[in-house]
Amino acid sequence: MANKPVGSVLLAGGGISGIQAALDMADSGYYVYLVEKSSGIGGTMAQLDKTFPTNDCAM
Amino acid sequence: MNIELLTLSEIESVEGEKGDFTVTVKKNPRFIDEEKCIACGLCAEKCPRKIDDEYNEGLNKRKAAYIKYGQTVPLKYAIDPENCIFQTRGKCGVCQKVCPTGAIDHEMKAEYVSLNVGAVVLSPGFKPFSPRGIDHYGYDEIPDVITSLEYERMLSASGPYMGHIKRLSDGSEPKKIAWIQCVGSRNTNCSDNGHCSSVCCMYAIKQAVMTRDHIEGGGGEQSIFYMDMRTDGKEYERYFEESKNKGVRYERARPHTLLKGPEGVGVTMQYTTESGEQTDEYFDLVVLSIGLEAPEDAMDLAAKFGFDLTKFKFAETSSFDPVTTTRDGVYVTGAFHSPKAIPQSVLAASTAAAEVEKDLVESRGTLAQEKTFPQETDITGQEPRIGVFVCSCGSNIAGVVDVKAVTEYAAGLDGVVFTENNMFTCSTDTQDLIAEKINEKGLNRVVIAACTPRTHEPLFQETLQSTGLNKYMIEMANIRNQNSWVHPSEPEKATEKAKDQVRMAVSKVRHNYSLEDIEVNVTRRALVVGAGLSGMSAALNLAGQGYETVLIEKEKTAGGVAADLNETARGEKIPQKVQKLAEEIESNEFVTFYPGTILNSVSGSVGSFTGELLSGDDTGTVEFGVCVLATGAHAHTPDEYLYGQDERVMTSLQFDGLVKSSPEEVKNTGSAVFIQCVGSRDENRPYCSRVCCVQSVKKAVMLKKMNPEMDVFILYRDIRTYGENEDLYKQARDLGVIFIRYDLDKKPVVKNSGGRLEVEAFDPIVQLPVSISADRLILATAIVPNPADSFVNMFKCGVNADGFLTEAHPKLRPVDSNVDGVFLAGMCHYPKPVDESIAQGRAAASRASVILSKQHLKLDAIKSHVTHNCDGCALCLDICPYNAITLTEYEENGRTHRRIQTDKALCKGCGICAATCPKEGVVVNGFTNRQIKAQVESLLN
Repeated sequence: MANKPVGSVLLAGGGISGIQAALDMADSGYYVYLVEKSSGIGGTMAQLDKTFPTNDCAM
Repeated sequence: MNIELLTLSEIESVEGEKGDFTVTVKKNPRFIDEEKCIACGLCAEKCPRKIDDEYNEGLNKRKAAYIKYGQTVPLKYAIDPENCIFQTRGKCGVCQKVCPTGAIDHEMKAEYVSLNVGAVVLSPGFKPFSPRGIDHYGYDEIPDVITSLEYERMLSASGPYMGHIKRLSDGSEPKKIAWIQCVGSRNTNCSDNGHCSSVCCMYAIKQAVMTRDHIEGGGGEQSIFYMDMRTDGKEYERYFEESKNKGVRYERARPHTLLKGPEGVGVTMQYTTESGEQTDEYFDLVVLSIGLEAPEDAMDLAAKFGFDLTKFKFAETSSFDPVTTTRDGVYVTGAFHSPKAIPQSVLAASTAAAEVEKDLVESRGTLAQEKTFPQETDITGQEPRIGVFVCSCGSNIAGVVDVKAVTEYAAGLDGVVFTENNMFTCSTDTQDLIAEKINEKGLNRVVIAACTPRTHEPLFQETLQSTGLNKYMIEMANIRNQNSWVHPSEPEKATEKAKDQVRMAVSKVRHNYSLEDIEVNVTRRALVVGAGLSGMSAALNLAGQGYETVLIEKEKTAGGVAADLNETARGEKIPQKVQKLAEEIESNEFVTFYPGTILNSVSGSVGSFTGELLSGDDTGTVEFGVCVLATGAHAHTPDEYLYGQDERVMTSLQFDGLVKSSPEEVKNTGSAVFIQCVGSRDENRPYCSRVCCVQSVKKAVMLKKMNPEMDVFILYRDIRTYGENEDLYKQARDLGVIFIRYDLDKKPVVKNSGGRLEVEAFDPIVQLPVSISADRLILATAIVPNPADSFVNMFKCGVNADGFLTEAHPKLRPVDSNVDGVFLAGMCHYPKPVDESIAQGRAAASRASVILSKQHLKLDAIKSHVTHNCDGCALCLDICPYNAITLTEYEENGRTHRRIQTDKALCKGCGICAATCPKEGVVVNGFTNRQIKAQVESLLN
């Protein structure tokens, strides 16, 4: 890296992991492009009913 | 803000290098203008083309004009060009005719955008294994054999059957259900998936437990057919044991044939029990616990980016840089990294963020922006002018509640000058409308009758702020979660209740007053407690991000338990890495390392803590904004199997030492026996120590490679070589390592018979006792957390029943503790191997950076506030769950008075103090007695 790096990030995949990474980076001062293949984010977790162990709604 | 969402988009190509990549992204057309779509759903309602709904795993149909699910972000419809009649045949266009906002555009074309970025994070997820075409599971032939994802959709209230379980054959409710584990996992016969998918054991248990609540009258029969139960995560083992108490049956067998039940209904399963008995059993429904495969485009992504994949096509990484691909500047997270559950996915996400934040630190804040709002208008002295917006939430509310009637009713309430019903009050265009009405009608208070403030209030608050109105001049009436969702069969009563809710909100908002958010200065320094692998990883990442970091360690040197280990599962040398990290700690200008030091006391709260350090007799203070607790764990000392009485019996850690010091001696061992779960998964420690199976199997493989003649046995309860570690288990079996299972009630017995070390066990397959003569007995001992009491006292953070520090949320916040500004890393949270410890250390650094990257922290204004009525009776002191209240003394007219003081940063606004106070000496802003009284009175009137 000869010059200063670019202060933005490309994130591919808007499931729970991608969303968390995007939030961490955006909240720490970086601009994030979140690229998602389907028409909306959420990934597989949005399909789940309840999650162990709290039995919270996964949505 | 600072996240730009590109949906229906794919990566075309990548050029450049770390710090300066150019990525070309293809944005496929949505055929619906996102700016214009109000998500009314008319296009989908009228669209004549029906296709399988992927979201519900094809259990029902969606239209070609569709929305993935009701809560999709962005909440915008899309047209699926492969199925749309207009797109495929050039005629139809019904959607265009019915769309009220003219959002449909069938001429939309794909666009290519070129993005200049400093780093790339890939989280393409996984592909659920498809059991199609595999005869013995009968998925194609038998209607009552379904996948676990299909079953998940059945369980879901938002699913195709509204949470009712039914058989696809005859629509009846199944009572007797079986789960078959490892479908498309740990199997190289009908797939290439030699890995363990890591998540199926837990989700099957969860589904079985949940099922009991779904079956009419409760109960039913649930049976799980498995090879090894892998409940190796935090609180998993407990959940597993509880499920047995609830009646879930576990059968250690791999069913070999599934046949249609009598008259084509249900399933007849054929299996062989562990002891070799052939069994036929009928089930109403069989659920296949399908595994996780690498995503379909894994190869394509790897080729575009030029990084390597593992044998099972997941991204190749190392234990020491757990989310770094072989291409510099490109990171992975989620299941593409390796099959993993939600908490590990969220954790790895923060690890990837930490790597990026370190790479791009010089440019932090150069492209990200902060939101600004216009100057606030002073509304003091103004009469309330209230606007009420009633949301239909598509049909979510309007399907039950008569929203028009509620809107009309609201118009007649005192102080209300404007009302409107919206299809989606939260949509972008409605925000514009609300702002417009605030300005046009001079509204100074707003009521939103919609859903929950937990998810949506911040959005409406921003809308208020954009007009210059104070953000606390809003109230929400939750006519969805607390009304339409719970009273679907009583629409009239629900409408009356909605009116009550709106009236109460209007009464309260009349008394709302402007509040100012609290700003806390951030001390931009981190304190890391514990210089083991995870603590050092956290400290070095924080330092790499330019934050001053104080690292303390109670021992004389850095390294922790890792210094005594030998190799990772992948074969990387651990002590060398530990040594290297310790050197970096010493030389890094941003890290101050204090060995032989403990944290003695702490005051303050997130953003500005003060700690007292103690080193021998010396004390010192350190100010810090965040703290990472990485206090580690240690090996349990066994009191069984002749440990301490016979020198041939040693712990796994001691064996690691022996391998390092005397490899020749180890090589010449004739017979080596490993016993698993020594001190784990029993009454005293009802948890799995997670690392021991992989470590013992790894060591067994090493021994067999050193000396193929050596007899190596592993006595185990369940082999838990989760994820891609499963490959080690296969290698071990291929090399001739003998695995013998034992039950907790038939533990192995170790004897010294005439100088020979004898291990006696019961082999459940041949149903006979076996006796093994061992030259060396290695005990896979439990991992026990180091005492955390002092941190619990100092920070008020929580520990679980096993002594591990508690995270803020087991799924979604696995790195944050329950105290703001305090993060957890490594084995103080739960036993974990080297890669996961490093990952969590760095993840903690990323979570900490969210705070440290700011000069000030903004906290909401809903906090306790001491009034002059307070006479220092101190009733509220002990009941505050956040320790936010202290008692102070002050002098007035020569007399000493007492009064409480609240710490605004610690206070969460729960209101327990205000409820306890007999004299309104402490109130919670935004929830004063006056406001609550107005609400209650308006309900009763």
